[in-house]
Amino acid sequence: MSLTFPIYLDHNATTPMDPRVLEAMMPYFCEKFGNASSRNHAFGWAAEDAVSTARGQVASLIGADAKEIIWTSGSTESNNLAIKGVAEMYKEKGKHIITAVHEHKAVIDPCKRLAKEGYDITWLEPDHTGIITADQVREAVREDTILVTIMWANNEIGTLNEIHEIGKICKEKSILFHTDATQAVGKIPVSVQDAGVDLLSASAHKMYGPKGVGCLYVRRRRPRVRLTPIIDGGGHERGMRSGTLNVTGIVGFGAAAALCQQEMDKDSARLEQLRDRLEKSILSQLDGAAINGTPEKRLPQTSNISFAWVEGESLMMAIKEIAVSSGSACTSASLEPSYVLKSMGVGDELAHSSLRFGLGRITTEEEIDYTIEKVVAGVNKLRELSPLYEMVQEGVDLSTVQWAEH
Amino acid sequence: MAYSEKVIDHYENPRNVGSLDKQDAGVGTGIVGAPECGDVMKLQIQVDQKTGKIIDAKFKTFGCGSAIASSSLATEWVKGKTVDEALEIKNTDIVNELSLPPVKIHCSVLAEDAIRGAIADYQSKQQAKQPQAQSTGSEG
Repeated sequence: MSLTFPIYLDHNATTPMDPRVLEAMMPYFCEKFGNASSRNHAFGWAAEDAVSTARGQVASLIGADAKEIIWTSGSTESNNLAIKGVAEMYKEKGKHIITAVHEHKAVIDPCKRLAKEGYDITWLEPDHTGIITADQVREAVREDTILVTIMWANNEIGTLNEIHEIGKICKEKSILFHTDATQAVGKIPVSVQDAGVDLLSASAHKMYGPKGVGCLYVRRRRPRVRLTPIIDGGGHERGMRSGTLNVTGIVGFGAAAALCQQEMDKDSARLEQLRDRLEKSILSQLDGAAINGTPEKRLPQTSNISFAWVEGESLMMAIKEIAVSSGSACTSASLEPSYVLKSMGVGDELAHSSLRFGLGRITTEEEIDYTIEKVVAGVNKLRELSPLYEMVQEGVDLSTVQWAEH
Repeated sequence: MAYSEKVIDHYENPRNVGSLDKQDAGVGTGIVGAPECGDVMKLQIQVDQKTGKIIDAKFKTFGCGSAIASSSLATEWVKGKTVDEALEIKNTDIVNELSLPPVKIHCSVLAEDAIRGAIADYQSKQQAKQPQAQSTGSEG
């Protein structure tokens, strides 16, 4: 099979929509265009039926009941609704929230806002593996803790936090547990029952569905979670999220969820094998290359690698036919090195030298082999240009050098 | 962000990559930046001590495409100039030549500093060698 360019290896940023998802959505643009809230005519009923099927499909993927799915515009909104909604609803009970420093900005920034409004936030820090452990959460819990929000899988390094164990602690202590599972849902088995999760954010476009639609799972039993809405209006979605439903998007999300459920085992086994091939080949051909985050507890299709003595952005130029990410997409416009890598104790110079490879359903073996070749050649070329590499070859310990900083 | 054609050209075909003997009395070396900031530039000049002209220049840069292009361009520009002429190269000239966007202006500043660093190193070597020699005119 021949290669077509550019090659897409940034599936943690977004995924292409599966053509089967588009097919499912098509009738709901021009023919079945009804408002799912129009309860008194056939157009509305058709839309409501479609939304209800999708609710079942998404619920089934995460082991929830269909009634527990609240449609949103995506994970950023879901995270905001979960965190701010719980904070407002339960503020009489307490004002302490536990989260982590290497969460996505869509969790960090709502927590920062709450901190300004008088809430107390505990920011857990991962060790070099990137994992937040249940013990860390247990130690941080207080009498007035109302919410723990810890992501399922990290978007930059793919590591999996101790979600099931954290869920257990939250149950014991009767604290609500929210997880931003945007990177995990559709990629690895996720069950809100097994994990003891009370609120879960997911997004369609990270799992081969359309952009602009996501959901928040809100537990209805043991305990029944209540939320103060952040968008007021017609009282859609059990009053938690007003606004006319994005029927086409929701249908697409449902179809994408059903496909992920069917194909997850096959996809993840194949991608894990390709990911491992990528890592093994690169690491065996280049010294000073290292995997960020623990190699064991990770998403199967994500790899984050540091290449010492070369800078990430220039390396991306060297492999310009391959779309990858240096830092996360949300921050790659800035020159700051990744805060996720920094939080794990990766030095600034290595954080500047890291690339994230995100494989997906469309990734082929040929693409991975091409990527290996290009990355190795690119790193070698840039090392020829690198004064740091030259110093290291001369036996200079870079940590002892006095740099003329700006 | 999109790079200008000139940046891409310098990145893909960097001019004057390499190193000169930093012990040589006619060689000046400037190293600026820090790995934690994502940029380190090393720029070296070889000065013909009779004519005072820069006859060769080499660089190595750890940094983004714009940093590599800025230092590559700097080596091209200093070659053939006298030390005094080379000191007149301003970072804004580099910004204009490479059409650097505002977030990349620091790359041009580093390149200017690297030129100045290399010249200062050369001049200090000259002074150490010939304490009572005639002034080169560039020391204020």
